[in-house]
Amino acid sequence: MTYAAETRDLTRIFKRKAKRHLFKRKAAKNNEKENGGPVTALDRVSLTIKEGELFGLLGPNGAGKTTLIKVLCTLLLPTSGSAYVAGFDVSKDVNKIRKKISMVSGGETSGYGLLTTRENIWMFSQFYGIQSKVAKERIDDLMHTFSLTDKKNVKVRTLSTGERQKMNMIRGFVTDPEILFLDEPTLGLDVNASRTIREYVMDWVRKREHKTVLLTTHYMAEADMMCDRVAIIDQGRILSLDTPANLKKMIRKESTVQLEVDSLKSTAALGTIKGITNFSSKDDIVRGSTNLTIIVEDESAISDIMSAITSQGSRIRSMRKTDPTLEDVFISMVGKGLEE
Amino acid sequence: MTEPGFIRLNVRAMLGRSYPRIVGGTRELSWIFFETVLPLLSIAAYVFIYKAFLPEDPSQITQTMLDRVNALIGYVVIGGTMTAFWLNVLWSMASQLYWEKEVGNLQLYMMAPMSRMALLGGMAVGGMVMTSTRAITTLVVGVWIFGIVLAFGNPLLILAVFFVTLIALYGMGMMFASLYLLYGREAWNLSALMEEPIFLLSGFYFPVKALGQAVAIGASIIPATLGLDALRQLMFSASGFGTQFYFFSPELELGVLCVLAVLFLALAKLSLGYLETLAKKEGRLTTRHQ
Repeated sequence: MTYAAETRDLTRIFKRKAKRHLFKRKAAKNNEKENGGPVTALDRVSLTIKEGELFGLLGPNGAGKTTLIKVLCTLLLPTSGSAYVAGFDVSKDVNKIRKKISMVSGGETSGYGLLTTRENIWMFSQFYGIQSKVAKERIDDLMHTFSLTDKKNVKVRTLSTGERQKMNMIRGFVTDPEILFLDEPTLGLDVNASRTIREYVMDWVRKREHKTVLLTTHYMAEADMMCDRVAIIDQGRILSLDTPANLKKMIRKESTVQLEVDSLKSTAALGTIKGITNFSSKDDIVRGSTNLTIIVEDESAISDIMSAITSQGSRIRSMRKTDPTLEDVFISMVGKGLEE
Repeated sequence: MTEPGFIRLNVRAMLGRSYPRIVGGTRELSWIFFETVLPLLSIAAYVFIYKAFLPEDPSQITQTMLDRVNALIGYVVIGGTMTAFWLNVLWSMASQLYWEKEVGNLQLYMMAPMSRMALLGGMAVGGMVMTSTRAITTLVVGVWIFGIVLAFGNPLLILAVFFVTLIALYGMGMMFASLYLLYGREAWNLSALMEEPIFLLSGFYFPVKALGQAVAIGASIIPATLGLDALRQLMFSASGFGTQFYFFSPELELGVLCVLAVLFLALAKLSLGYLETLAKKEGRLTTRHQ
């Protein structure tokens, strides 16, 4: 069976080589000392993405999501292992892959500010050899869909962040790729712009044949809502891979307790309490509080948790038990939240 | 829909990449001041220096003196016009891929199915068209203001020399574009370093042979050197200095320029291919701030 994308023991290590200097010499070993050692961005990643699937890659910043996308987009070579897109090897068949893919990243500032929105998208379509007339028709259709028609003759440098990201999305779709890589596409966008993008992406995959999306995000609700399957990735390793429902089932016998307490000096005591699977904490500077998400396998641990908090002189402001979310799955596996 | 063939794909890609330069470049009319009026000021400075060679007393001015000064002024106007191309090659070709990386375009270019030469070619064609508009404006205004009489005895050869010089010059820019990417921000220093010294070595404001045969031969690696010398020979015939300051024959210079054009284009292809492999191995050349 040919998958839309497949990786086998894919490893990518960044060696942090000495920076090239034109005008000064610097010893390589000193440079390495300054920068730290090699970084393993992907550690024996094996996964398959089926044709027609909306596949999510969920993980915190620096987990290896973008590196995986760059390998699959033929922008990076694997250090070891292999990766295939549409059945073609990313190390050998780059031109065959490049005709079938497109990529859009969140916060992208590509294009030229002097050109209009329509001209910028048209320019990128030409790099895929699309007939000019066809490209312009597609651009107009997509601009209508993304509610950007009134901005089509506006210079790109005058667009807002949301409008610019919509333009980037249109650039991604205008070449009608078989496989679309979306790297945090809704990063920093308002609710409406994010919703437009999410809805179009889901429609695009569901209503057309042979279209596949690999979406990376650290918004767990986005992955939960959009994806057929989700891989949870941290420190370059795939921790779990299943449908969002099945992932949540994994911790169903556990409970999620959310507490808001006065700012805690230390959460170390929580780690010693029996019955806690894992927990994450996030300080809210404005409210002067600490928000705790605690996964407990035994609810009798809750009284110990409350004691540990009050013994620090901290007051419990609120406490509630919630249904498991993908973030809870992540906390249960990694011991920290996605946005920490 | 059928996929476009190799040629169609790359021609479209080239036109697409040249578009921002051709169309976008004319959207800000400030270029008229910055790229036409300002170059005329430096040309004017040399013109006044050359005019100062003439004796104050008009009765002492001979026809030979006048011819020589007029020839020098003509050389300056032609050279000053060609500076636009050299500056475009340095700042909008050589430094371009580095800049594209910074704004996030480079990785989108690199993952597109077009040939890398189509990308560089589009940049070059766009740069040539955009700069030609500016250069021709400077030339016309310069000829008009300073009263230069040009000869067009062999227009085909003039056009051939001009276009082959541009191809070789932009081929060199395409090669530098790849190499500059390797050195990141320091490349900007390299461009600054190559600006004024090349004006001197290539004889933009005076006949290059005045530097001596050995230096002129060395400087011929920069296509502007031979291109300028050939254009001056063809557009000013043997007036003023006779053939005293002319280097080789225009035909030979055209031949060498053809070799340089092929050489630089081949090196550009090789260096960008090498660089792409390096980028994919090291993973830092398509990423900003690295």
